[in-house]
This record gives sequence, structure tokens and C-alpha cells, in this order.
Amino acid sequence: MSDATAPELEPDVGPERRVDRSQFVLAAFLAAVGLYTIIDARGLNVGFGDPVGPRVFPYLIGTGMLVLAVLLAIATARGDVAEEEAGEDIDLTTPPDWVTVGKLAGIFVLALLLVNLLGWAITGALFFAGSAWALGSRTLVRDLIVGAVLSVASWYFFYVGLGVQLTPGILDGIL
Amino acid sequence: MDTLNLLVDGLQSALTLENLAYASIGVILGTFVGVLPGIGPAMAVALLLPVTFGLEPTQSMIMFAGIYYGGMYGGSTTSILLNTPGESASVMTAIEGNKMAKRGRAAQALATAAIGSFIAGTIGTLLVAFFTPSIAEQAVKIGAPSYFAIMLLAMVLVSSVLGASRLRGFIGLFLGLTIGLIGLDLSTAQPRLTAGSLELADGIDIVVVAVGVFAVGEALWTAAHLRRRPVDVIPVGRPFMGRGDWGRSWKPWLRGTALGFPFGAVPAGGAETPTFLSYVTERKLAGRDSEFGEGAIEGVAGPEAANNASAAGMFVPLLALGLPVTATAAVLLAAMQSYGIIPGPTLMADQPELVWTLLASLLIGNTLLLVINLPLAPLWARLLRIPRPQLYAGILFFAALGAYSVNQDPFDMAVLLVFGALGFAIRRFGIPVLPLILGVILGPLMEVKMREALDLSGGEVSGLFNEGLALFVYALVVLAIVVPIVLGRRAAPERVLEQEEVDR
Repeated sequence: MSDATAPELEPDVGPERRVDRSQFVLAAFLAAVGLYTIIDARGLNVGFGDPVGPRVFPYLIGTGMLVLAVLLAIATARGDVAEEEAGEDIDLTTPPDWVTVGKLAGIFVLALLLVNLLGWAITGALFFAGSAWALGSRTLVRDLIVGAVLSVASWYFFYVGLGVQLTPGILDGIL
Repeated sequence: MDTLNLLVDGLQSALTLENLAYASIGVILGTFVGVLPGIGPAMAVALLLPVTFGLEPTQSMIMFAGIYYGGMYGGSTTSILLNTPGESASVMTAIEGNKMAKRGRAAQALATAAIGSFIAGTIGTLLVAFFTPSIAEQAVKIGAPSYFAIMLLAMVLVSSVLGASRLRGFIGLFLGLTIGLIGLDLSTAQPRLTAGSLELADGIDIVVVAVGVFAVGEALWTAAHLRRRPVDVIPVGRPFMGRGDWGRSWKPWLRGTALGFPFGAVPAGGAETPTFLSYVTERKLAGRDSEFGEGAIEGVAGPEAANNASAAGMFVPLLALGLPVTATAAVLLAAMQSYGIIPGPTLMADQPELVWTLLASLLIGNTLLLVINLPLAPLWARLLRIPRPQLYAGILFFAALGAYSVNQDPFDMAVLLVFGALGFAIRRFGIPVLPLILGVILGPLMEVKMREALDLSGGEVSGLFNEGLALFVYALVVLAIVVPIVLGRRAAPERVLEQEEVDR
């Protein structure tokens, strides 16, 4: 793979080569996925008169994944560094803000646990306001109002426009 | 003139008042979502998929045509008014476009982008209409072995040619292929990779994968690295061009179109290469004393036309072969699949009306884009100031709504979050999205063709190689793997030089 030559093109800032340790985690994850794919495929039955069967394709993919995991581990050990994705609102010079990501994920999980109980209209409003709060907004009341407008409007859009009734939850009969 | 008649028929069925309304809604929604920072055309289409749930296939395709071109145009607006392009296809537009905007020529930059997009999109769509039927006619005769080989070629090209790292391209592809395995095996109905879960037995909805990887992944990734400083948005009036600007724009428009279309039509051509080539060409042609580097209108007109022509070109493999070659095409394909439309060589024969209406609506959508968006540009520019917490909260809200509304099952939201995490990871590790999405969509199709071919040969591997076309395509696959490696070894220093030229 050509990645081995990459560090020579872009000399790192530090005097020593930086090894991107988290790429080893990714390699381990890929290896685990590949292995699981192969083990899972072993449990499949091949019928009579079926020359190929459902196993071959997963075997190929799982094996390919294992090979890629090994290649990634080798490349990482040789100093291969990932090129993180840039974007309009992204500042890659700061370290990742795990607190914000954790808050967002937590709010997401809460929303999916509550949605059938409270219904889409309420959950959606709370989800919007909560996410905005996690991302640094401090206008909680306004966010709640905006969220409520969005979720109630989307509920009616699906109900009237598309003929789909999203879960009304505790607002059953009111909406 | 058969093609022309069919296209006119398509135009007639697309030109009802109702359909025009759908096209207009599509264009406005597409531009609205596309202008929002952080949302590219593929994400725009994925997020707006649920909106079309209740519609007939034809009408939803019409709406998608509008959303597609609207999203593309929205992206270029963002890159001109903010100096941070959202997707790789707009990088070249941003170089000169933003400099024009800073010199107070934002209106002209937006105008040349919009009109160039219109011209390139129209020419491109007409070319699609003329090429696709003959390719599809040949494509119907393609047997399973050759079809398998062609899909393999598309995957190898997309994984190895695009992006900075081949290794990461293939990692993305195999992640996608693995996701595609989840669910019941098509011929023996045994569950694969479901871990005993009944919900996973139906397979994972591609919409949930796309929205998770694009929207949720992007929102989480941005949350981890949110730029806390307010962005610099350049105010803009109604776009217009003077006589001199027209004179300087029309040639780059046509050259950009000529460069963009062929690249869009081949797998892995994408929009990056033709926009780059167009930029370099215009720069060379303009000579040393040109305005290049200070905001030359040619540098916006050319790449923007190339971008849109390649966006039209991608419909050739999509409609004729069922092969998506860009992320947006992949999402469009997913949309077709959700209507039970089987993409592939038989699409033209099975659903001629749908295909021609779609092509006609692309023409209409393109025209509407110009009519609606030139006057609305100042309004769109204001969208760039939307506060970021609310913007990304809104993206998460609509992503969750999209996943939940499919089956009204919180389980889908959980799956969405998992794919959001995956989307976060691939951004962190620089793994490209396109091979992943392509793997999810083409993987199952590829397995079907492989087993079809091998069943006929009784399991002999030779069954995959018994067609001349297949052998030819395999030769291309080998070339696609070997050539970049050889070139990469030899031309590595040159690439650095090229990069410096752009930076200069």
C-alpha cells in the first residue's frame, strides 16, 4: 500500500514520528468484525443442490476485513496518520470535546427510550432543546418553543400530509 | 429522434401543475438544506427521504430531481460566501469564489455559479437522455458474470482512486459490505450477522444507514470540534452579471461541462477531478496577468459547470446499469429501492415512463433552480448565520424523525445512533463515506449475481470468467489496482508540486 510512503511526504512537526494509537483500536475493531463475520457464517447451512450457499460471500468479506485490519496495524506502526475530515464549522486545532459528544449521545438514548411513552411531539421538542443545550445554546425557553413547533408541525405533516400517525403517546386524543 | 420523442413525452407528463409544484418544493427544500453549513447534497437527499413517503414513485422522483440540483447549488452558495467548502466538489469554487466575494463581487460569483450550473446541468441531462437508452439496450444483454465484474470494478475504482488513502478506501468498502450482509440470506432465508435479533432479520434500511453516517455522524463530529468563533459571512445582494462577466464566463461554462460530464459518467470519476482540471485549465488559459488569485470569475464559472455536469453524468451509470457512482446517487438508488423499483439494466425497459419523467424533471428542476434561486440568494445567505447549536440540534431532530417514522420503532433510532457513531469514527480516521455506502447497496446485489453465475456453472469458479466482457472488465480491475500503485510510487513528488500550485 502506498501509505507507507506518506510520512516521507508530510514530515511531522515533532522530531519523532507520532504513532496514532487509536488507529490500533480501529484495526482491532475491524479484525473483530471480520472474525465475527466468519464465525457467524460457519453456523449457516448449505442446502443440497446449492453449489455456492450463503457462506461464501461472508467468508470473502470477513477474510478481506482481517487482511485490512493487519494492513492498517502495519501502516499505523510505520507512522501512518489519519487525515481527519474538515468542514465548515469544524476546528481541528482544538482537542475533541468528548463532553459535548457524550451529552448528545445521552440525550439521543433518552429520546429513543421515551418516544413511545411520551409520543413524538413531546419527545421531539425535548430532544431538540436538549441537543441545542448540549451544543452550547443558553436560550432554553426559546429552544423549547422552537422544538415544540418543529415536533408538533412534523407530527401533523406526517398525519395530514403523508397519512402516517406518529406515536401520540400521552397526548393521545389531544393532537 | 426516438429519444427526443420519449423526452418530450416525459416532459409532458412532468409538466402538470401538480408535478411542477412538487419540483418547486423539491428545489426550495433542496437549496434550503444544501445552503445550511455542514450539509452536502447527499445528506440533503437522505434527510429529505421521509418527506416523499406518501407520494407516488414518479412524483417522489420529480421531487428528488429538484432536491438534488437544489442541494448542489446550495453547496456552492455556501462555499462562495464562507471560505470553507462543505464538500470536496466545491473546493475549487471556493478558491476564486470567496476572493470575488471579499472584493465585493459576491453577486457576480453567485450569478456565474447559478447560470453555469444551469447550462452544464441542462447539457448534461440532455446527454444523459441520449446516451442512457443505448447503453441500457446493451446492458440488458449483460450476463451475471459480467455484471458481477462491473460491480467489482466500480467498487475497486471508488475505493482506490478517490481519496487520499487506498487502504482507507477499502476499509470503508468492507465495512459497507459487512453492513450489507446483515439480515436474511436471500435464497436460504437464514439470518446472517443478526445476533439473534428479529428486528435485524429484515436487514438494515439503507435510509437509516445513510442518515446515520451522513447526518448524525456529521453532527457528532462537528460537536466534537465545533468552531466557537462566529463565522464571517459576506453579505450579498441580488446576483447579476455585467456584459464583461458574461463574455468571460461562457467559455469556461462550456469547457467545464465538457470536462465534467465524462468524469461523472464513469465510476470513481466524481466531481473532484473535473473541477480541479477545469480550474487548472482556466488558470492556464487566462495567462499570467489574469485576476487568478484575486477572484477571477473564470475560476468560479468553470469548476461550477464541471461540478454540475458531472452531477448529471452520474445518471448514466445509475439509470443504465443501476450503478451509483457518487454518494448522492447511492442515496437516490436507495430511494428507488424503497419504492420497489429494481435498479439495474432492466430499469429502462421495465419503467420507461419513470425514467423519462425523471430526466424531464431534471431539466425542469434545473430551470426552476435558476428562476427561484437568483432572486432568493440574499435570503439563502442569511441562513448561513443560523446559530450553530440550533442548526445541529435541528439536523439531529430531523435525522431522528426520519429513522423513527420508517416503522415507528425506537429500535431504528438506536440503529441510527450506532451508525452515527460509525459516521463519527470514519470522519476521525479519514475513511471515505462513498465506498462504505456503495458497499451497503451493491454488496447484496453482487452476491446475487455471483451465486447466479456459480449456480449455472455448478460451483466451478470458471463460471465467473466465461464471458468475454467479464474478462475484459477483470483486466480493467487489475489495471485499476496496479496503475495507481505504480504511478503513486513514481509521481509522489509531482503531486506535492501540483498542490503548491493551487495554494499559490
